[in-house]
Amino acid sequence: MSAESQSGPSRLDPEPMPRRDFLGLASIWAALGALAFATIGMIRLPKAAVLSSPSKKFRVTLPDSLAAGQGFVPPGRSVALFRDAEGVYAISLICTHLGCVVKSQADGFECPCHGSRFRPDGTVEKGPAPMALPWRQVTAAGSDFIVDDAVAVPPGTKVRA
Amino acid sequence: MSAPPSLSPLRTLVGNLAAAPRRILQAGFRTGLPRTDRTRSTFVFGNVFLHLQPVRTHRWSLRWTATMGLGIAATAAFLVTLVTGVLLMCYYKPYPDVAYTSIKDIHFVVPTGRFIRNIHRWAANVMVVTVLLHMARVFYTAAYRKPREFNWLIGLALLAVTLGLSFTGYLLPWDQLAYWAITIGANIAQSPREITDALSLTDSFDPGGLQRQLLLGSDVVGEEALIRFYVLHVMVLPLLLVILLAVHFWRIRKDGGLARPVDADARLGPPPPDTYPVFTEAPTRTYHLAAIVRGRTDAVSRGPENTVPSMPHLFYAELGILMVTVLVCLALAIVSDAPLKELADPNVPENPAKAPWYFLGLQELVSFSAFMGGIGIPAIVLIGLGLIPFLDREEAGTGLWFGGPGGRRLALQSAMVGTAAALAVEAIAIRFGWLREWFPQIPQLVITFVNPGTILAAMYGAFSIWLVRRHRSARAGAMGLFTCFLCGFVLLTIIGTYFRGPNWMFYWSPSEWPKH
Repeated sequence: MSAESQSGPSRLDPEPMPRRDFLGLASIWAALGALAFATIGMIRLPKAAVLSSPSKKFRVTLPDSLAAGQGFVPPGRSVALFRDAEGVYAISLICTHLGCVVKSQADGFECPCHGSRFRPDGTVEKGPAPMALPWRQVTAAGSDFIVDDAVAVPPGTKVRA
Repeated sequence: MSAPPSLSPLRTLVGNLAAAPRRILQAGFRTGLPRTDRTRSTFVFGNVFLHLQPVRTHRWSLRWTATMGLGIAATAAFLVTLVTGVLLMCYYKPYPDVAYTSIKDIHFVVPTGRFIRNIHRWAANVMVVTVLLHMARVFYTAAYRKPREFNWLIGLALLAVTLGLSFTGYLLPWDQLAYWAITIGANIAQSPREITDALSLTDSFDPGGLQRQLLLGSDVVGEEALIRFYVLHVMVLPLLLVILLAVHFWRIRKDGGLARPVDADARLGPPPPDTYPVFTEAPTRTYHLAAIVRGRTDAVSRGPENTVPSMPHLFYAELGILMVTVLVCLALAIVSDAPLKELADPNVPENPAKAPWYFLGLQELVSFSAFMGGIGIPAIVLIGLGLIPFLDREEAGTGLWFGGPGGRRLALQSAMVGTAAALAVEAIAIRFGWLREWFPQIPQLVITFVNPGTILAAMYGAFSIWLVRRHRSARAGAMGLFTCFLCGFVLLTIIGTYFRGPNWMFYWSPSEWPKH
C-alpha cells in the first residue's frame, strides 16, 4: 500500500492541483474571458458612429430690419444671430443646464425649464446653468452668412459682411 | 401490458378518446382537487406558480398590519400594465410624429383604446406608489435584517427598474410633455460633464456624453431615441423586472418567510378554533427537505407550528389584494384621462416642462445643480439604502412596526426634522436665490458641491449620526435618515408639482401663472 501511495496520487494523498481541476478552472476562465470580450463587442454597437441629426451648418439671410441686440432665430434652428455696429455673431440657444431651448429677449436669454438667465453676451446671470451659452462660428458668404452650429468660437467673435 | 382480449383495438381507441379530457386534466393536476389539507399541500408543491409560495403560512404574516399587502399590490399593478401594455402594442408605432398620431388613434378611434391607455397609465402610477410604500413598510418593520439583506438589495434593483419603466414609457406618446421631459432626462445622464467641464477634462474623458449618446443614439431626441426607449420599455426592462421579481419571491421563502418578531407566537395567542394550527395530515415524505434545510427545524421541541395552510388562507388574501388593485386602476382610469399634449416641437420647450410627478422632487434638486440633483444625490441615497442592512446588525424590533430603539417617537421626531430642514432650505433658495446670485463670479464646482440639495443631504446625514450616538444604535440612525429622506422627497415632490410654474418660478397657485 505504501508503495502504491508513493508511486502516484491516490484519494488519500492527492496531488496539489489535480489535472482535471486545473483544466476545469482554465476552461471556466477561458469562457469568462470570451464572455467579457463579447460583452465589450456588444456594447460597441449601440454607440452610433454616424449621428443621424441634420447638418449643423446652414446658410441664412438676415432680415434688413434686424435691430442691434435683437436676435434672429432661423426657422427650425436653435441658434440666434445678432447684428450690431461691429458685425454679425451667433449664440447657441441650447441651455447649458439641461438642454432646453432658451428664449432670446432684449435683455438676454431666459430658459423656461429651470429658470436660468443669461446676459446678452451669453454669460450666466442667475439659475443653475453651469456655463455661458457658446458662441457659434459665422462666415460671410456674399450678402448671406453661413453658421456652423457645431463649432464654438471665443465670445466676442464678430464678422462683417 | 396488453389490452383485455375482449375489446377490439378500435373500441380501446374510442374509450381512450372519451377519457382524454379527464386524463388531460389529471395530467395537469396530478394530485386531484385541493379539498383536504394534504391535497392542498401537494397542489401548492406541484404547481410551478404556486410553489414560489410556502405550503403553510405563519399566522403573523397573514395579519393585515404585517405587510398591508403592498408587495402583492405592486405585483398586481405590474400585471395590469403588462396586459394593457401588450394590448396597446397592437396599435402603437414607435416613430416620431407617427407615434403621436397612433396614440391619438388609440385615444379616439380604437375600441376601448382610451380606457386601456388610461388603465395602463394609472396602473404604472399605482405601481410606483405601492413599490415606494412597500419599501417603507419593509424598512419600518426592520424586515431587511439578516438573513434578508440580499432581498433588500433585489428590492432596490426592482425600484430602479420600476422607475426606469416609467421614464421610458413617458417618451412614447411623442407629445410636448414627453419630448421635453426626455430631453431633460437625457441631459441629466450627460451631467457628469458639469464636473469634467470644470476640470477641463471633457475632451479626453467624457462619461456623461457617452451615457447620453448610448441613451439617445444621437445628439438630439429623435427617431433613434424613440426606438431605443421603446425597446427598453417593452422588452429589456420588463424582462429584467420579471427575472428580479422571481428572485425576490423565491428569496422570501428561502429566507424563512416574512420577518416576524422572535416572540411572534406569544404575541399572537392561541389560534381561532376553525384554523388548523397543527399539520394534521402531513405529506409522508418530508425527510428529503429536512436534509437541505439549514439550522434547527422549527417544529421540533417547540410544539405545534403557528401556521395555517397557504391554500386557502394566503391565496385568498392575495387574490383579494389583486382584485382591489385592479379595481383602483379601473376606477382611476374612468375618472381621469392619461395626458396628451400637442405634438412634440424640438424648437419650443413646454413651459413649465415637468417630468412625471415622482421625478419632480429630483427636478427640484436638478434646478440647483444638474449633476448633484440628477446623479450625485440619487446615487448617494441608493448606496445608503443598500448599506442599511449591513450597518444595522441589531436584533431588537425585527418584524415590528417602528421596531428598534426610539420606536414610533423617533420616527415622528425624524419626520418633523426632515420636513423642517427641507422647508427651511427651500424657503431660503426661493426667497433669496443661491450662490450664483450672491457672487456672480463663483466657480461652478463650488455650486455643484454646495447647493440646497447637498446641504439638505448633509443636514440629514448629520442628524442621523447624532441619532446613532444618542441611541447607541445603527437602527436609530437608519430610522432618522430614511424618515428624513422620505419626508424631503415628499416635500420636494409637492413643491415641484404644485408650486412651480413657468421658468420653474415659485407660485402659490397655478392661477398666478403669467398668461402668454
